[in-house]
Formats: sequence, C-alpha cells, structure tokens
Amino acid sequence: MNSTVVLNPELATLSRIVVLAALTLYSIAFLVLAWALTRRAGAKKAKDSFANKLELVGISLMTLGVVVQGIGVLTRGIAAQRVPWANMYEFSITGSFIVTAIYLLALIWRDIRFISTFVSGFVVLIIGSANTLFYVQVESLMPALKDYWLVIHVSVAILATAFFMIGAALAAALLMKESKFINNSKLLGIKLIRNVLNVFPKTEKLEKQSYQFNIIGFILWTFTLIAGAIWADKAWHRFWGWDTKEVWTFIIWTIYAAYLHATATRGWDGKRAAWLTLVGFTAILFNFTIVNLYFKGLHVYSGL
Amino acid sequence: MSSPQPSEKYVVRKEYNEPIEAPDLSFKSWLRWIWRQLTSMRIALILLLLLALAAIPGSLYPQRSADPNGVVLYFKANPALAPWLDNLQLFDVYSSSWFSSIYLLLFISLIGCVIPRVGIHYKALMAPPPQAPTSLSRLPAYKLLANSEKHYKLSRAEQYLKSKRFRVVAEKGSIRAEKGYIRETGNLLFHTSLIGVLISVGLGNALSYSAQRVLVEGETFVNNEAGFDSYTPGLLFDSKDLTPFSITLDKFSTTYDYKNPNNYGRPLDFIATVTSKLANQSPAQAIIRVNEPLQLPNSKVYLTGNGYAPVIVLRDADGTVSFSGPVVFLPQDSNLTSLGVIKNPDAKPKQYGMLAFFYPTVAKLKTGALTSNHPELINPLLTMNVYVGNLGLDNGIASNAFDLQTHGLKQVAGGKSGVKGIKLEKGQTAKLPQGLGTVEFKGVKRFASLDITYNPGELFVLFFAILTFLGLIMMLITPRRRVWIRKTPEGIEVGALAKTRDDSLPKLVKEITKAMKKKD
Ligand code: HEM
Repeated sequence: MNSTVVLNPELATLSRIVVLAALTLYSIAFLVLAWALTRRAGAKKAKDSFANKLELVGISLMTLGVVVQGIGVLTRGIAAQRVPWANMYEFSITGSFIVTAIYLLALIWRDIRFISTFVSGFVVLIIGSANTLFYVQVESLMPALKDYWLVIHVSVAILATAFFMIGAALAAALLMKESKFINNSKLLGIKLIRNVLNVFPKTEKLEKQSYQFNIIGFILWTFTLIAGAIWADKAWHRFWGWDTKEVWTFIIWTIYAAYLHATATRGWDGKRAAWLTLVGFTAILFNFTIVNLYFKGLHVYSGL
Repeated sequence: MSSPQPSEKYVVRKEYNEPIEAPDLSFKSWLRWIWRQLTSMRIALILLLLLALAAIPGSLYPQRSADPNGVVLYFKANPALAPWLDNLQLFDVYSSSWFSSIYLLLFISLIGCVIPRVGIHYKALMAPPPQAPTSLSRLPAYKLLANSEKHYKLSRAEQYLKSKRFRVVAEKGSIRAEKGYIRETGNLLFHTSLIGVLISVGLGNALSYSAQRVLVEGETFVNNEAGFDSYTPGLLFDSKDLTPFSITLDKFSTTYDYKNPNNYGRPLDFIATVTSKLANQSPAQAIIRVNEPLQLPNSKVYLTGNGYAPVIVLRDADGTVSFSGPVVFLPQDSNLTSLGVIKNPDAKPKQYGMLAFFYPTVAKLKTGALTSNHPELINPLLTMNVYVGNLGLDNGIASNAFDLQTHGLKQVAGGKSGVKGIKLEKGQTAKLPQGLGTVEFKGVKRFASLDITYNPGELFVLFFAILTFLGLIMMLITPRRRVWIRKTPEGIEVGALAKTRDDSLPKLVKEITKAMKKKD
C-alpha cells in the first residue's frame, strides 16, 4: 500500500483520444436518431421501414460508441492505477459510459427506443463538457479518498444516476405528451414535436416505465447513502455531519421518497409525480455540477 | 376489493370528501381530523418535500456544527446581514426549530401511519385470499375459456399457482389466490426500521462524546476531560464513563510522491505510530491512518491532521531557561508553511510573545517574501516577530494558544519596529532585542491531531439502515397479485389484479391457462 504507484500520462492522453472517438460516434448516432424520429413523425403509415433502419443504425452506433468509450475509461483507470472516478472529468466519462450501457441493456428488457435521441444527446453533452471544461491530467488520490468504499460508494451512485436519468427522460416524455401548450399550439415547430410525441407510447405506459426505472434508482441511491455514511464514519469520524455533499445526497433521496409516495397518492400520481422525477433529477445534476464546483465542503474532489 | 388495504389508492377516506361544518366541530373531532390529516400519505409526501427544501440553506451558508470558522468569516464579511441570518437559525439549519419541527411532524406521521398498518397486515397474513369481485371481466387481466374446451382443469391451475408460491384457496368450481404479501411486509419493515434509524441517531448522539487532542511526537495524553484540547459530550453522556486509557505518539510520518511529475511532492499516506495503554494491561503499539482509526474500548481514535512542531528553547539574559519544548504550528498551505505563536509568560524581567513562521523547505518568492516549496524538512527556517507586554495569561481567562492578541503589546522585532525579525536555521541561537535573552531553534518534531469519539448508537443505526434497505428491496421488487378462477355457464373465467404498476399480468393469465390445459 505504501509503494508509490506509477502514473502513465501518455496512456492517459491516448485514453482521452479514445473517449473523443466515442464522442464522435455518439454525435453521429444522435443525428441519425433525431432524423429517424422526425421521419417517423412525418410518416403517413404507422410503419416506416426507413425510419426503422435509421433507428437500427443509430442504436448500433451507440453500441459501438459504448464499446469504444469503455476502452477509454479502462485505459484511464490503468493510466491512473486506480478506479477511474476520482475527479469530475473521470466521473463524467465513467458516468456517461454507465448511462449508455444501462440504457442499451435496458432496451433488451423494455422497448424504450423512443428516448434514444434524448439519451445520446445527453451523453454527447456530458462527454463534450467533460473534455472541454473538466479535463485534468491523471493524478494519485489524496489519502482520504484511498479506500475501497470509494469503489463501492461512487460506482453505485453512478449506477443510480443512470437509472434516474432514464426515469427522468420517460417522465419528460410523459409531461410533453400531456402538455396543453404542445397539444394546442399552432406553431410549426410545436406541430412537429406533437407529431413526434404521437409515436411515443401511451401516457400510462410512460408512467409505469418511468416508475420502474426510478425504483431501481432509488434502491441504488439508498445504498449509496448508507455506504457513504459508513465511509464517512471511517474517514471523518462521524457517519453523518451535514457536509454539503451529504446534504444533497439526502435532499435527492428525500425528493425521490416523496415521488414514490406520490405515485401511490390520489391526485399526485401522473403529472405531478412526473414533475417530482424531474425535480429529483435536476437535484442530481445540480449536486454533480454546481455543488462539486462551487460549494465548500469536505468533498472537494472536482480536481479543478 | 374486499380485504382492507392500507394504501389510499384503495381506501378512499370519506372524511376528506365530506364537508365538515364548523359549528359541529368539537375539540375532540377536530383533534381527530388533525391526526387523520397528519397520518395521511399526502401530508407525508408534502412533509418529505418540505424537508428536502429546508435542507438546502444548510448547504448555502456555513454551519456552526461542520464549519464554525466559516461562520466567523461570514460574520466578518457580512456584518450587517449575518445577525439577521443568525436570527433565522441559518447557521444552525439542522438543529433549527423549523427544520426540527418538519422532521418531528414527519416522525409522528410515520409512527401514526405505520403502527396501525402492522395490525392490519397481520390480519391479512392470517386471512385467506379475498373473495372474487362480482365481475372478473373488468379486471386488468382477464380471459374466458369457452365451455367447448373440456380439457381445462381447475386442479392444474391450483397446482400451478401453488408452484408459483401463491396462497391458494380452492373451493368447488372456483379458486382464489394471492401472492406478494412480502410487499407489505417489506413496506412495514422499511418504515419501522426508519423509525429505528431515527431513534438510534437521536439516542446515540445523546450518549456520545467527541474530543480533540493535538499530540507532538513523544507526548502522551490520557482519555479524560483534562487530557483533551476540546471536548463535547452528548446530552446524556457522563464524563465519569470515559474509559481510562493513554495514547503516546511515537512517530508521525508521511510518504510523498517523487515518481510522478503530475503530483510531485504530494502526500500519499499519513501514518501515526502510537502506543496505547489500557488500565491493567501492557502497552500495545498500533498504527493510525486517515481511513483507519484505532479501535479502543468505547472509543475510536482518528487521525485528522498533522504538521510541524519546532522545538524552541528560550533563555533569559542570565541564562535561565524560561521556556523549552515543541510548539505546535498550524499549516497554512500544502507545502506546510506554518504559523505559530510562542508565549513566554515566565520570562524575566518582562513577558514577551512571538508570532512565528516555519518553512520546512524555505524559498524566496519574486516579491522577496519567503515561502515553502516542499512539505518535507529539506531546508527548514524559522522566522519570528517579537512583542513585549502583558500576555494576559495570569488573569485566569482561558486564551487561545494559537492566537497572540498583539493589541496592547509592543512590537520590538520584525515589521515596522525598526529591528529586523529573527531568522533561525535548525540548531541556531539568536539574541532577542532589548535584553530579553536568547532563542534557540533546537529541532523539529511532527504532531498529529487526533479525534477521539464514541457513539454507542452507531451499530444500531447501521443495523436499522440495513433493515431499511432490505425492506425497500422486498417492497419494491415483489409484485402483489391476486388471481381468481371460476366456472360459469359460459366457461372458465380467469382474472388477475395487481396492487401496483404491473405490466406482466396478462402473461400470468396466459401461463395459468396454459397450465390448465396441459395433459397430466
Ligand atoms: C420518513 C419518511 C418516509 C420515507 C423516506 C418513506 C419512504 C417510502 C418509500 C420509498 C415507499 C415505497 C413506495 C412504493 O412502493 O413504490 C413508501 C411507501 C409507502 N409509504 Fe412511506 N415513507 C416515509 C413516511 C411515510 C409516512 C409518514 C407514511 C404514512 C402516511 C407513509 C406511508 C406509506 C405507504 C402507505 C406506502 C405504500 C405505498 C404503496 O402501496 O405503493 N410513509 N414510503
């Protein structure tokens, strides 16, 4: 444990290039998938075989992208001689990798191809900003982060985020479908969106699917919270101390707990619950960006 | 739906819909109304959202509990605003009256909501699956098997359902079955364990203590009130219960990274080697690292900080030693430029104090100011400004060892005093101005800051947290389903109902009919 690890900056540079290659693949996937959606929305027939083909191409590109990105993430870890999630750049590339992987795996389980444009766009945004705003060279861990709980706590948090993201995308789709403005507006752009939404599944189905992803996210987030407390007890001599990151982990957990009650409460299920999902996911993004970068606390590891 | 269901989805509580006329509202029914509201899901949900909202300011403003120094700085930076925020308890959010009232209400709601449900669930567990609703065809999954298909058998359905762990009641020409009681069991386990977590946190805090002690290499402290630099007992903790043990810091070492240019000179590991001794036991050596506290009976000892303690000897003009020993210096940056205060109340003829900087590896900035460019002792230097006057140590008011109140003292060396500040390399001695005597920089030791804590609630919190987690999994992954099968003049009806969003119900019905058809 005492021996100094040897970092490999050249490999880290290579890893960055590989991640950029994945970014390129995702970007093309995004364009193709967006094309498929508009094409389907404009189609007269229920089945548009060209749109189906486009969609297949898009999803394949995403799959290729996730494999390439996986290599990028792995080499980053090898270059740093540790798990590749110790600063914001690394959270972003590992996080977006997990998000895409979970989404693609979920496609086997549920047909949620209709949010593929959203997912690929989101991932492009994250990797893009990771590369431009958050990039740092490989560095060793500070002693407080050097613990197996880093592996457990952070990886499960990332996994939870992936599920919450899909849940939020489905909730957003639900809200757009239910939006009075979108349903009544005569504007051309809105009309197109309306046509796109028409090919989405029914509201009840969206609600159900969003709920399913959110409960998995909630289980994982609960675990994150407990694991974080165990780690805090080891590292900071108390299991809970209302550190800024702890506060936000708690806030997110509470919002999703409220969401789960909402789904079982008359008058709060449906649209209101969907709004809560979006509030919860916004809190997650806020926690990851603003809190990491600007808030003071013990969890200073943005690496910037 | 015949059996009682705790969720509002099933029981539409009449009280909410019936307008209650004010004159009829006696105190008792008013109380009951409040109670019903408080223990309703809607209020639970609103309280949860309020709690989330109320937690936010605690991350925006420095909190006394986590960052007392930040609060002091905030007061200095915003002297007009800070007292107002303080009145709103914004520097103590998590113990504020508004935050506490939200979680207390939630806590009451939780208890009031969960306890009755335990009884209801217990009855449901004991009772057979409920009777079929009048019209099966209105259930979310339904199939009618026409009479002509004679080879369908109810007994095979019963077998199938039992193999799928349904609780089955087969009567003449009909079957009712239910599975997934675990869902409600898990739900109740979750909510009651949550109560357990909250109680253990509260009681644990009350019965806990935490203390800090800065220990220089070679020093020993004893685990009692006098042995600590600071000490915070919980409301119910009795200081007489402190386990008597002593800890000596034998050695403190840091390993640095010299291999990687990216983080050259960064600390990789901090190691405090200590000897602990319990009453009536022989001493034992142990190592404390950042994530590895030392576990002693009823206490854990954590390593929270470290730095340098230059060893200083002060002599009066006649050669009498008036002060000798290591002085703890507080690190100011990652290269351990450190700031220290030396007070010499025993000096003759007059008291003096010094504000000192210590540079483990001294270097000059372009401005001419000194700095340290490496945390290790490569080229250590000590610089001092000297102040004479009453140090205020004799009047019995506890003073901060790290703070020299220069107000009222006269600066005699360094700064604008006209006399150069004192600079010493290791081993050197210098003369103090105004015949105060001499100062010797004899050596350097390291110190470690230790936190000593005890929280008997910890294990209970963990225990209930794990139960909470198990309950959560039980409730969220088990679907609760009911199945009814009955013979009618038109044929055999199969209907299924789920309590939650469950889209594999039609599949279940299909499986059942397939099983009924199978040849033995
Ligand atoms: C202390 C805060 C609380 C938390 C963190 C919490 C959390 C949860 C969670 C995660 C669920 C799972 C929802 C699902 O099955 O999808 C749930 C369900 C439930 N909670 Fe709570 N709860 C809390 C307080 C309460 C209170 C005060 C009540 C009573 C009004 C309550 C009543 C219920 C009920 C009846 C369900 C079952 C809903 C269903 O059948 O789906 N909870 N709760």
